[in-house]
Amino acid sequence: MAEMIFAGFGGQGVMSMGMMVAYAGMIEEKNVSWIPSYGPEMRGGTANCAVVVTADEIGSPIITEPDVVVAMNLPSMTKFEPMLKPGGMLIYNSSLIDRKEGRDDITVIAVPANDLASELGNTRVANMIVMGTLLAKTKIVGVESIKKALRQVLPAHRHDLLGVNEDAMKRGAEYVK
Amino acid sequence: MKVVFERPSALSDKQTHYCPGCTHGIIHRLVAEAIDELDVREKTIGVASVGCSVLAYEYFNCDMQQAAHGRAPAVATGIKRVHPDKVVFTYQGDGDLASIGMAEIVHAAARGEKITTIFVNNTIYGMTGGQMAPTSLVGQKTTTSPYGRNPEHCGYPIRIAELLSTLQGAVSVARVSVHDVPNIIKAKKAIKKAFEVQLSGAGFSIVEVLSTCPTNWGKPPLEALNWLKENMIPYYPLGEYRTPEEVK
Amino acid sequence: MAKQLMKGNEAIGEAAIQAGCRYFFGYPITPQNEVPEYMSRRLPEVGGVFLQAESEVAAINMVYGAAGAGARVMTSSSSPGISLKQEGISYIAGSELPCVIINIIRGGPGLGGIQPAQSDYFQATKGGGHGDYNLFVFAPASVQEMVDLIMESFDIADYYRNPVMIMGDGTLGQMMEPVEFKAIKKRDLPPKDWATTGCVGREHNIINSLALVAENLEKHNWKLQEKYKQMKENEQRWELYKTEDAELVMVAYGTTARIVKSVVNKLREQGIKAGLLRPITIFPYPEKAFALLPDSVKAFLTVEMSAGQMVQDVRLAVNGKRPVHFCGRTGGIIPTPAEITKVAMEIMGGER
Repeated sequence: MAEMIFAGFGGQGVMSMGMMVAYAGMIEEKNVSWIPSYGPEMRGGTANCAVVVTADEIGSPIITEPDVVVAMNLPSMTKFEPMLKPGGMLIYNSSLIDRKEGRDDITVIAVPANDLASELGNTRVANMIVMGTLLAKTKIVGVESIKKALRQVLPAHRHDLLGVNEDAMKRGAEYVK
Repeated sequence: MKVVFERPSALSDKQTHYCPGCTHGIIHRLVAEAIDELDVREKTIGVASVGCSVLAYEYFNCDMQQAAHGRAPAVATGIKRVHPDKVVFTYQGDGDLASIGMAEIVHAAARGEKITTIFVNNTIYGMTGGQMAPTSLVGQKTTTSPYGRNPEHCGYPIRIAELLSTLQGAVSVARVSVHDVPNIIKAKKAIKKAFEVQLSGAGFSIVEVLSTCPTNWGKPPLEALNWLKENMIPYYPLGEYRTPEEVK
Repeated sequence: MAKQLMKGNEAIGEAAIQAGCRYFFGYPITPQNEVPEYMSRRLPEVGGVFLQAESEVAAINMVYGAAGAGARVMTSSSSPGISLKQEGISYIAGSELPCVIINIIRGGPGLGGIQPAQSDYFQATKGGGHGDYNLFVFAPASVQEMVDLIMESFDIADYYRNPVMIMGDGTLGQMMEPVEFKAIKKRDLPPKDWATTGCVGREHNIINSLALVAENLEKHNWKLQEKYKQMKENEQRWELYKTEDAELVMVAYGTTARIVKSVVNKLREQGIKAGLLRPITIFPYPEKAFALLPDSVKAFLTVEMSAGQMVQDVRLAVNGKRPVHFCGRTGGIIPTPAEITKVAMEIMGGER
């Protein structure tokens, strides 16, 4: 069972990150759910979604004690780090977050997602850098499933971006090796 | 024996509940004659409203739906969208159309909904016993304007034909009266034309028919007809406000 | 058809289309906007009509017109909008017209909020508008179940000539889950020979809810009641989860039931024999399910996203035989497993 929260600014691709993980889980014939925060906070500010991937029946799709939190900006980390289960995992975007202190009963992984994405020449794939890190560290779903999911989430006319997205995942995984 | 006069087939043989001298009966007949002459009775679906004409579904001998107060144009929209090949009309009074149903009529007209509305304006709520209507004239005494309609207090009567004729989707807008024979003949022509406009697919058509309410006006029928002519027509001028020709 | 990941609100639209719905009349309101948006895109593809009405009031009356004209038709809204539709719903029920109404509930009263709630239970199950009538009401707990029930709803609506409401909440509308559109078991449906389709070679049809003679109106009312009685006899639906040896039966529907299911498992880990009774129809209310519970049951706990509405039906069904407790959050707050667990532990005398 994996309960995850993906959070960040609107436009950082956190919603689609969560959606891809859910898609990949479905491809692997697991039970999945994806639920966004909705309402005024959608219009600018922070966005987040909760994703459950499990072999069991999914109870609540709303997550109060996540196993994993992916924080792409500071307000997201501040909001969701305290909710993590003891022993849970926080992955944060160290290009934008300067984490000075925090919980010591969780695994913390820093990824300079924006910097690594810039190196690849496309800052918009910062989310896929983090995706690579997430998969490398948790094995929630397989990389191949995410690649399949990407083909479903990206509209056909954007499939030229498949390569750079896959490169970004590879880079994010290598970074934490 | 040669038949020289008979009930239009689009009218049922039910006796109406209308008061003596009320002009609803005439208007019903004109609508039914138009339906007969266009030979569309079997493809016509009418919508009755709430008010004196609430029982119209019993009087018109075509498929009918009864609508909630003011909602007839929305109901007619639903029907017409399901059966675009049918003729759909609403029959509404002034309280129904110009007060509680103002949003529905304006939007049906604005959408150019291919329906026909027969709007009977007698400046009063008849069914509920003579209360002030949105079309009651300034100074007109009703049971809820016992001192006469005071525009300082409740504004001025609404001219529906003028109002709707500003909308692009309302391609045929006319105001007629049934206070004497020449006008009844004109009213008949306008009603028939409104149905023809619908059949042509041009858009929304409405005929506002000035009508009397002897009972609630407290006037004998003839006096009521005269009151309509002398008081209503000056405020509600008769004529064509919009025709498909000028829309083109 | 293969499984696809779909947002609840979009799945609602697709399920309706698969069930033969070709007409949709609606008005925007959060959190159900994806339903009209989906329909505006999809209905023209299948030769149907989507129309954005000028108000919820107009929308439901368009539904009345289209249903009277014999079509499969749907509307969708959220709490304040459903309140506006009540007049039309009463007319539809009174005129015995079939249609499907979606209510993706948000917190109230008044304009309230836009977060999920279940505070329209009374409105949905006790009539809602004026007069003695009932809607047939489903309360699905997952996107897949919602899809299955919507597809069936059109048949049920036609079968009983009665409006069917699908009561979801913002969570169900906004979440994505895998769905599959499976063919449903068809009911034997009578022809719609009452519809206003033009009176070719027959007497004219009248769609109407007016009956000025009291005796006639009473007769009509008893006819409606007979229909509701049949629904109660034939259509009650529920799910029982781990109730075989349960000492505490929790009663919850929709999103809340899913949270409670997790709670049941947590409680069992701590030695408390908990179970879940999940109503799937909330009208007719699944009273029969209560008769199936074992004697081991000591108490009931109803959990709702309201100040306590369904709990009244639970009390009627339990009929004083066991204590019925309540735990609820309102205003758009979803109760957490932790707080429900705490209440359940208190009822069962603490940790073991």
